[in-house]
Amino acid sequence: MRTLLAALLFFCAAFSASAQLTIEVTGAGAKRIAIAIAPFPGESGLASISGIVRTDLERSGLFRSVEVPASGAMTEASNVSYAEWRARQADALVLGSVAARQDGKFEVRFKLFDTQKSADLSGIAFTLSRDQARATAHRIADYIYEKFTGEKGVFSTRIAFVVKRGNRHELQIADADGQGEESALVSNEPILSPAWAPDGRRLAYVSMENKKPVVYVHSLADGKRQAVAHFRGSNSAPAWAPDGRTLAVVLSIEGGSQIFLINADGSGARRRIGGSGSIDTEPFFSPDGQTLYFTSDRGGSAQIYRMVVSGGDAQRVTFEGTYNVSPRVSPDGKLLAYVTRNAGKFQVAVLDLATRQTQILTDSDRDESPSFAPNGRMILLATINSGRGVLSAVSADGRIKQRVPYTGGDVREPAWGPFIK
Amino acid sequence: MRVLILIVSAALAACSAAPTQEQSPAEVTDAQKTGTGPQTKPVPDRQVATVDLTGKGAARSPLTDPNSILSRRSIYYDYDKFDVKDQYRELVEAHARFLRDNPKFKMLIQGNTDERGSREYNIGLGQKRSDGVKRMLMLLGAREDQIESVSLGEEKPKAEGHDEAAWSQNRRSDILYEGEY
Repeated sequence: MRTLLAALLFFCAAFSASAQLTIEVTGAGAKRIAIAIAPFPGESGLASISGIVRTDLERSGLFRSVEVPASGAMTEASNVSYAEWRARQADALVLGSVAARQDGKFEVRFKLFDTQKSADLSGIAFTLSRDQARATAHRIADYIYEKFTGEKGVFSTRIAFVVKRGNRHELQIADADGQGEESALVSNEPILSPAWAPDGRRLAYVSMENKKPVVYVHSLADGKRQAVAHFRGSNSAPAWAPDGRTLAVVLSIEGGSQIFLINADGSGARRRIGGSGSIDTEPFFSPDGQTLYFTSDRGGSAQIYRMVVSGGDAQRVTFEGTYNVSPRVSPDGKLLAYVTRNAGKFQVAVLDLATRQTQILTDSDRDESPSFAPNGRMILLATINSGRGVLSAVSADGRIKQRVPYTGGDVREPAWGPFIK
Repeated sequence: MRVLILIVSAALAACSAAPTQEQSPAEVTDAQKTGTGPQTKPVPDRQVATVDLTGKGAARSPLTDPNSILSRRSIYYDYDKFDVKDQYRELVEAHARFLRDNPKFKMLIQGNTDERGSREYNIGLGQKRSDGVKRMLMLLGAREDQIESVSLGEEKPKAEGHDEAAWSQNRRSDILYEGEY
C-alpha cells in the first residue's frame, strides 16, 4: 500500500512539473535595456534568485541580458567600476547576495546600478522562508522594472486559468510567469470565466457542477466558496465592480440573458440594469466603476456597447465587422481589448477609446478571453496551438508577443490578477 | 433508471386506484332503492395488475422506450439559428402532451452551441435555444413551473471535432426530466 502511495505521489509530482507553463518571447520591442545580473553569492542553497530575475526581465521584452564574467564573486557591497560595465554595453547592473540565518530563514539583499549615469539606484533587503524564494525574485524584478521603465512591474502578480484534461477541469492559480501553479478547484464539470476580486484574494467564476451555470465566489486562502448567483435558469459572466462588494452577472431568470448587479456576498436583492430583449452579456466595469462595457446582439450582430451603471441608454462602441465580443477595459481606462472576427478568424484587437483607432494584435485564429496585466502593458489571452488551448500574451501596442508551450492539458479562460498590496 | 421506477410506481398507483371506482356498480344502489329482488353484493375485484420488468412489456417508461417519441431528447439547429425546425415539431408536441398529462413532472432544457466564438456569448446563444423550446412547450399546454431552460454554451459538446460535422451535433437543445440530471 505504501509503495502504491509513493508511486502515486511520484506520479503526481512528475505530472505537475510537466504542467508548468513557460512563457517565451517571440518578438521584442525596438530598444531594450541591457542589464547585467551577477549571480547572488549564497543563492545555490535556496533558488536561483538572479536567474528568475533575469528571466522575468527578459520575458517583458523591455530588457536584454548582458553576460557577466565568471571571475570573482560580487555582492551588493562590492565596489562598482561603472566604466568597466559601460564597456560591456550594460545600461544596468544588479548585484546581490543570499545569507542563511540561524532560524532557518534567509536574507536576500540586492542593489541596482545605472551604469550610464554612474548612479547607485539603491535596493532592498528581504527576510524570507525557503518557499518564498520565487516570490522574492519576482519582487526584485518588479523593483528593477519600475526604476528603469517608470511603470509598476507585474512579476509578483498572479494569473488564474482553467486546464481541461479529459473530463477533469482544474481552476489553477499561478505566478505571472505561469510557474508555481496550484489548483483552487477541481471538478468533473466545466469551469469558466474566472474574475479576480480587486483584493486579489477571491475569485468569482462560473461552475456547471449543478448541470447548469452558477456563479460562485471563492476565497483562495481557505478554499471557502459560496454560490452567489444561483437563480432559476443560467447564471454567468461575473465581473467585479472596483469596490469589491458588487458583481455584475448575467442571469436568465427574467428571460433571455440580461445583466444584473448583485452583492458579492450573496446578500440582498438583484438589480437589473439595461435589458433589450436580446442577449446582453460579458459585462466589464470601467476602472471608475461608473460604466459597464458589454456584448449585445441588439443591433442584429454581436457588438460591444457601454452604459452608465446608474441608468440611461446604451451606446454602441464597436462598428467594424459583424462579431466583436469579450470587452476588457485597460486599467487606465483608455484602451478596450476585445475579440473580433476577422475573415473567419477570432483575434484580439484594441480600440483606443479617445481616438477610435483600432488595431488587431494577434495573427492566431481562435483567440479567447483577453485580460490586461494590472499595469496595462501586456494582454494575456487563450488561443489554439496545434489543436490545444494554450496561453499567450501580447503587448497592448502589439510589439511583444509571448507564447506558452504545450502543458499536457487544454488551457483556457486566463485572467490576470491585480497588484498585490 | 430512477425515472423508470417512478413511472412503474405511478402505474401501480393507477392500477390500485382504478378498481375502487368499479366497486360500487350502479345496479346495487338501484336494487336497494327499489327494494325488489335479493340483496346483491359486489364480487370482490380479483384483478391482478402485471408489472413486467423484462423491458418488453407495456410497463416500460415511454420516456426511455426507444419506440416512443418521448425517448428522443435532442433538437438540432442550423448555424446561428434558434428556431425549432419543422422536423422536431412532433417531438416537442409529444413532450408538451406528456408534461400536460403528467403535471407533476419537471423538465430541464439545456441549450448548447458549437465551439466558435466567445464562451460567455455562447451561453447567451444556447439560452436563446432552450428558451425557444420552453416557449413552444408552454404554448402547447405545459406549465411554466414545469420547465427550466438553461444553457451550457459550448462547454458540453456531443462531438469533439472542429468541423461542420461536429458543430452540427453540438448546436442542440437537450431535454432531461427530473431524476435524469
